[in-house]
Amino acid sequence: MRTLSFIVQKEFIQIFRNKPILFMMTVLPIIQLIVLASAASNEVKDVRVVIVDMDYSESSRDLVSRINYNDRFIIAAFSKSKAEAEGIMQRDETDLILEIPADFEQKFIRKERPELQILANSINGQQATLGTGYLRSVIGMFNADLTEAVMPGGSYRSGSTRISVRNWYNPELSYSDFMVPGILAELAALLTIVLTAMNVVREREMGTIEQINVTPIKKWELITGKLIPFLCVGLVLLSVGLLVGRLVFQIQYQGSLILMFGYAILNLVAVLGLGLLISNFADTQQQAIFVAFFFVLVFILMCGLFTPIESMPTWAQYFTIPNPLAHIISVSRKILLKGSGLSDIKMEIIYTFGLAVTFNSLAIYTYKKQT
Amino acid sequence: MLQNRVINVQNLTKKFGVFTAVDSISFHVEQGEIFGFLGANGAGKTTAIKMLNGLSKPTSGSGTVAGFDINTQSEQIKKRIGYMSQKFSLYGDLTVKENIRFYAGIYGLSHRLIRQRTQSILQELHLQTVKNQLVDALPLGWKQRLSFAISMIHEPDIVFLDEPTGGVDPKVRRQFWETIYEVSEQGRTIFVTTHYMDEAEYCDRVSIMVAGKIEALNTPEALKEEFSAISMDDVFLKLARE
Amino acid sequence: MINVFKAFVRKEVYHILRDRRTLFILFGVPIAQVMIFGYAITNEFRDASIHVLDHAGDQASMKLVQHLQSSGNIQVEGLIRSESLIEDGFKSGITKLVLVIPEDFSEQLYRGSDMNIQLLADGSDPNNASTLVQYITAMINDFRREEAGFTAGAYQIGVETRMLYNPQLISAYNFIPGTIAFILLMISAMMTSLTIAREKELGTMEILLVSPLNPFLIILGKVTPYALLSFINAILVVVIGYFVFDVPVLGGMTLLLSTCLLYVVTALALGTLISTVSTTQQDAMMRSLMGLMMPSMLLSGFIFPIASMPEVLQIISRVVPATYFIRILKGVMLRGTGFGFVAFEISILALMTALFLFGSYRNFKIRLE
Repeated sequence: MRTLSFIVQKEFIQIFRNKPILFMMTVLPIIQLIVLASAASNEVKDVRVVIVDMDYSESSRDLVSRINYNDRFIIAAFSKSKAEAEGIMQRDETDLILEIPADFEQKFIRKERPELQILANSINGQQATLGTGYLRSVIGMFNADLTEAVMPGGSYRSGSTRISVRNWYNPELSYSDFMVPGILAELAALLTIVLTAMNVVREREMGTIEQINVTPIKKWELITGKLIPFLCVGLVLLSVGLLVGRLVFQIQYQGSLILMFGYAILNLVAVLGLGLLISNFADTQQQAIFVAFFFVLVFILMCGLFTPIESMPTWAQYFTIPNPLAHIISVSRKILLKGSGLSDIKMEIIYTFGLAVTFNSLAIYTYKKQT
Repeated sequence: MLQNRVINVQNLTKKFGVFTAVDSISFHVEQGEIFGFLGANGAGKTTAIKMLNGLSKPTSGSGTVAGFDINTQSEQIKKRIGYMSQKFSLYGDLTVKENIRFYAGIYGLSHRLIRQRTQSILQELHLQTVKNQLVDALPLGWKQRLSFAISMIHEPDIVFLDEPTGGVDPKVRRQFWETIYEVSEQGRTIFVTTHYMDEAEYCDRVSIMVAGKIEALNTPEALKEEFSAISMDDVFLKLARE
Repeated sequence: MINVFKAFVRKEVYHILRDRRTLFILFGVPIAQVMIFGYAITNEFRDASIHVLDHAGDQASMKLVQHLQSSGNIQVEGLIRSESLIEDGFKSGITKLVLVIPEDFSEQLYRGSDMNIQLLADGSDPNNASTLVQYITAMINDFRREEAGFTAGAYQIGVETRMLYNPQLISAYNFIPGTIAFILLMISAMMTSLTIAREKELGTMEILLVSPLNPFLIILGKVTPYALLSFINAILVVVIGYFVFDVPVLGGMTLLLSTCLLYVVTALALGTLISTVSTTQQDAMMRSLMGLMMPSMLLSGFIFPIASMPEVLQIISRVVPATYFIRILKGVMLRGTGFGFVAFEISILALMTALFLFGSYRNFKIRLE
């Protein structure tokens, strides 16, 4: 136990002495958190539309002004011809084109079912589908009102359906509420896994590890001694990040912070164990970084941070079980946003515990004091 | 007097793939001896030393160091030996004092003892004025004496020194050897590798390694006689020519 | 001089080829990334599970539930018996949305009076919540129309929608360009900054610098193999995109490859710049990870649309080189635009490259003096 404390002390001295790294592991992630949490939004707003109005009737102008007044849309241009409008889309200066045919109003009055055409730039699928949906609903309302005007009572809107929606925990549906805990967890994991993986390999590259290996130190003491300092770094980052979430993003944390930190310790131990495991298989820091990077990338893409785990195919969902990031993101959202308790996160705890034990025992087992 | 053989190896071999770095060497070292392990760069000295101190697992062969089996009891061996590696391997980003304290700590010295040792090392090596400086900032000669002192911090029975005087000027080398004699007089065994042949004269016995094999082993005087040479340098040249 | 340079490049190539692990990762990352994007993750929701709190419990409400089920996209996981149990479902994460059907539901439905239905969504995931709410709202409206026997009336406006460029809404269209940009940056910039920092850390840089070779040639020699490697990788991604996910290259291979080459140079310049300001590999790694990878992934329009970002970040996204490169790629690959349409983006990238090169030249000079 005493030996352990000496290793931990040494690591801390080294961490605090390396000012640029210290800065990069404390200040930078926080800046990242603020920037990313603001950037990470799938909300579709400001859909750009080009209007090709060939009818130029009272009705078509009414429709255009409805689109204009709807705050989801920005009219990028009025265009004389469809070809010109498509040129605008080719330059990626609009998301949608709405074409109103020349005989639009005439046909409507003659009950001939006029056809409007929407062209969507569907390279960004989400922008295209949601944008089209918004535009269709504007047209639907317009249709109903127009019908009401020519034939009162003719629309199905009489006897309206009121669907009241209440969004619990996050009534405003703020994206940052959703993203901050996740990004924070991700940054803490990313940072600690890469730093630990590099740390041990650096000692190997510099030759200092040999002097340690020739002492009677126990493998678990060495591994634990490397783990504890970075665990602390991760926890400090988490605390500062939570504070930023509270102060900058005004998130009201619902659940127990003690539970959050307790789980975070377990999760970081698992993540750090993986970092140490990677370091055992790398000869150079470059290798360590790239292997760590590979895992981190796969973890981040499949952790449910940016895209929900529920939308993955079932086989892919199983791949999230050995992914510690998926668990901490789920737990942090549950505890911080919904106030979930211990029993709500028991599956995550069981999985993470399993991962922590597996990664760390493998890290100890595969560490070679002797080559 | 077998119990006095603190190092005793038979047919020790280390292969890296198809390359045989150490080829079936056998020798013993008596307690209190200064044993010189000579050879050109790449002759296999460092590999041999690493098998003795437990850093490297022998491919075949057997042996004991401080009475423990090198194949199965390397952790027990580590408690009784000190090692100063060829490459400087203290922490450059820790101060002199922090390095001493750290190694003393992981060898399990008590707090009182750590304080005592730190003081005596700083005094003996005249490092009082730079004790709070980063090790990286020290001149090479100082670094190496510090490495040596730290390898002795737990008062080991045997000390392995791998090229301890590499790259330092003759004056510092002389000082270094004086320290080695002092340590030897305390009854400790010194196992030292070098490629400076003049240093071989300071040893009680020397072995000369060529391409993974021990080609000669005796006292410097006996070797010179055997090869009818005037100096150890001469012995080495004659051996290499064969 | 040229021969010395060639020998130098050869040495670097051997270095890379010998390091199997890194090589494996260098090719493994892009492939894994493309496969994950293509097969494992998606923004569309499927099998959304909802719960129903049915105060009515009659035939009409049963019919509504059945109607929701019939879409295939929605799983009615179960019935909740009382309001007080709703919270448990949300907290454990099993429930995403609860549909509350009022007691007099059938009356509302058949008498044509106002219908009051409540949707309670787990707003902690805003994306999921709003998509689910939209979807279910539309389905309830459908249901009502069907039940009321309302058929398409006389005064109907037809709306025809055509999806241009990506009619089947294949998500690969969106992520292949992003992945190419990401890979080129990762290998070129990150590897470059790391190798140079490594030479510095191990002290071998000094040895190289006293060699008769011009220091700039040394840097060039170090980065050339990585440039080649990342270029091969980019082509690999294009090929996988084309054959596995049917992502076309409409605007011509020449334009595509030459813009890739330009971006490789941009990335190398960035990597060199980073290496001139970092002293250790850790340092270089942190700088490239935090300063390059994250912004390029998240502020370039790769994962999140730039249009959805706050004003400040939209401005920042304009200084991220990947933003322009992704725009070029989408234009050239998917919309078949020619050089004229992407000339602006190309000149911005060229300008940035010149700036980075100038910056690293100056930093390097200062170090040498």
